Amino acid sequence: MTAPGTPVLSTRGLEKTFTIGGAFSRKRVRALGGVDLDIAHGEIVALVGESGSGKSTLARCLARLEQPSAGTFLFEGEDIMATSKRRATRQYRSAVQMIFQDPFGSLNPVHRIGHFLERPLRIHGAAAGRAGLERAKQRLMEKVGLPDEMLERYPHELSGGQRQRIAIARALAVNPRLILADEPTSMLDVSVRIGVLNLMRTLCEEQGISMLYITHDLASARYLADRIVVMFAGEFVEGGDSMELLANPQHPYTRLLISAVPDPRRTEPFDPVERARLRREVLTPTACALAHTAAEPCSDAKPVFHHISEQPEHWVRCGLYAPPSDAPGTALELPDDLEESPAA
Amino acid sequence: MTAPLLEIQDLSVEYVTEARTVRAVDRVSFSIAEREVFGLAGESGCGKSTIANAILRLLRDPAVISGGSVRFAGTDVLALDAEQLREFRWRQVAMVFQSAMNSLNPVMTVGDQIVDIFTTHDGVSKKTALARAGDLLDLVGIPRDRLRSYPHQLSGGMRQRVVIAMATALRPPLLIMDEPTTALDVVVQQEIMAQIKDLQRELGFAILFITHDMSLMVELSDRMAVMYAGRFVETARSGEIFDTPEHPYTRALMNAFPPMSGPRRRLQGLGEGVRFRQIPDLEQVGPTHWVAPSDDDSLITEAIS
Repeated sequence: MTAPGTPVLSTRGLEKTFTIGGAFSRKRVRALGGVDLDIAHGEIVALVGESGSGKSTLARCLARLEQPSAGTFLFEGEDIMATSKRRATRQYRSAVQMIFQDPFGSLNPVHRIGHFLERPLRIHGAAAGRAGLERAKQRLMEKVGLPDEMLERYPHELSGGQRQRIAIARALAVNPRLILADEPTSMLDVSVRIGVLNLMRTLCEEQGISMLYITHDLASARYLADRIVVMFAGEFVEGGDSMELLANPQHPYTRLLISAVPDPRRTEPFDPVERARLRREVLTPTACALAHTAAEPCSDAKPVFHHISEQPEHWVRCGLYAPPSDAPGTALELPDDLEESPAA
Repeated sequence: MTAPLLEIQDLSVEYVTEARTVRAVDRVSFSIAEREVFGLAGESGCGKSTIANAILRLLRDPAVISGGSVRFAGTDVLALDAEQLREFRWRQVAMVFQSAMNSLNPVMTVGDQIVDIFTTHDGVSKKTALARAGDLLDLVGIPRDRLRSYPHQLSGGMRQRVVIAMATALRPPLLIMDEPTTALDVVVQQEIMAQIKDLQRELGFAILFITHDMSLMVELSDRMAVMYAGRFVETARSGEIFDTPEHPYTRALMNAFPPMSGPRRRLQGLGEGVRFRQIPDLEQVGPTHWVAPSDDDSLITEAIS
């Protein structure tokens, strides 16, 4: 048992480097560059960033589908990196479950729905005997709001939303303490997205499950998560309480992401010049707006984090720091009209 | 008042199979003026893409247009023969689909695909076509040397920009865009939307814009319609729908997207299953605002929570 206040999950300096290309064009890409992440008991943390920012790599490392290149990683206070991969696997996999983006690809079409729930129940010994298994399956279906009859159906007979509910039920079968949900609603129709988000929230609240919710949809992150961390080029740039972070964004990348969300309620639309300025600040940082308040000196070589407030929590990476050149590429392009920008 | 560019009257589309006939689009009427951006919103399966395909006569068996008319600049589109239809598509109305990867040929360079449009439709020489292909890429801010790239060598956003550029190649007065940014990331989506607005301002085409994202639609379109189960439930100026939605389904659709501002409250979403069986014809409730009468808010089932 862990002491109260100990995070369910805690990483320090987690790194992942991939080697790509053939024998003569070998290149190293640093997908994750030193990630420190804590997730508290029952907390929902949203990890936001554009495609290629390293969100899914982090989730895959946390699910132990990838071996991190460096860093430490504690789960309920235990060092997961120290235990051998195979031995730790089964126990850890029942404690940490993953929900994927594509509910069409994650359920094998040749099996009935019941099979997907029965397998984890058997393998992890969560239910015993024919009757016990049936009861456990029915309880899971009830939790995700689907009728028992659906256990006899095949995946192709279900809608995307129903399939994603089955994926959630399958994750719940082993009584997980942490769920890693990688864009669980982005492939679903608008008519069922909120239902799935509500279901995830309810389950976390009722069963004290923690969740890492990975998304590029800031509005859903705001809706679901207690805390948001923003990732860019494999590193965190800003994080804190969801409402505080979105009301008072500090890092130019966070502001760029927010400005990209369509919002007819927005009173002042972002003008292209402002967006170009933000893009340039993200890609070629030159100054830190918080230098005068910083407790630790700013640095362009080392990621220093400045604290905006403790309660609600809010921190931002120093605006002077530029990620190293082997960080992953980004969809952002440097604006061509640099000289037209006011600050140039 | 000038005649509208596109005028659709009582359009119905049915999917006819031996077992049964399903009406995907049911007596839908609307018009789009020159340079106007008209939006169609609704969840998947509501018939919005079917309307787009009907306008371009792209429907295939078992879908048939079972009633109504489609007129474009005074011409009866449903009466066009094969040769006229070829001329009509691309030159009069061009379409941008959701997945750029699927609308580009993976084994041809971007340049060859654009050149094809000009040599086929305008009958110009390959050299002229290539120069015009370069101009087209300039227009959407992609370097000319990308003409030699294959689609897989471009990012998702670049591919979608190429597809949009190709749609404008013959300067059609109307572009149909079916979820043009749905498969893209937010930042890229914003850039594509800005690009579309710039192009529209510069080239002056009208747009039929299809999406399920109400916020995106309100930002882009002048007027919009909300569709449910093949019928229009509400149509008005976009700002009006956003500020004072009248139909319970419109309200539910707007509540399906969490807001970026204001207090955090639990949303109900749309739930699954049928909620409205009979949707009556639209009635006028304001100068530019029509709504299908409905007194059954209760029919919106709460998303299972």
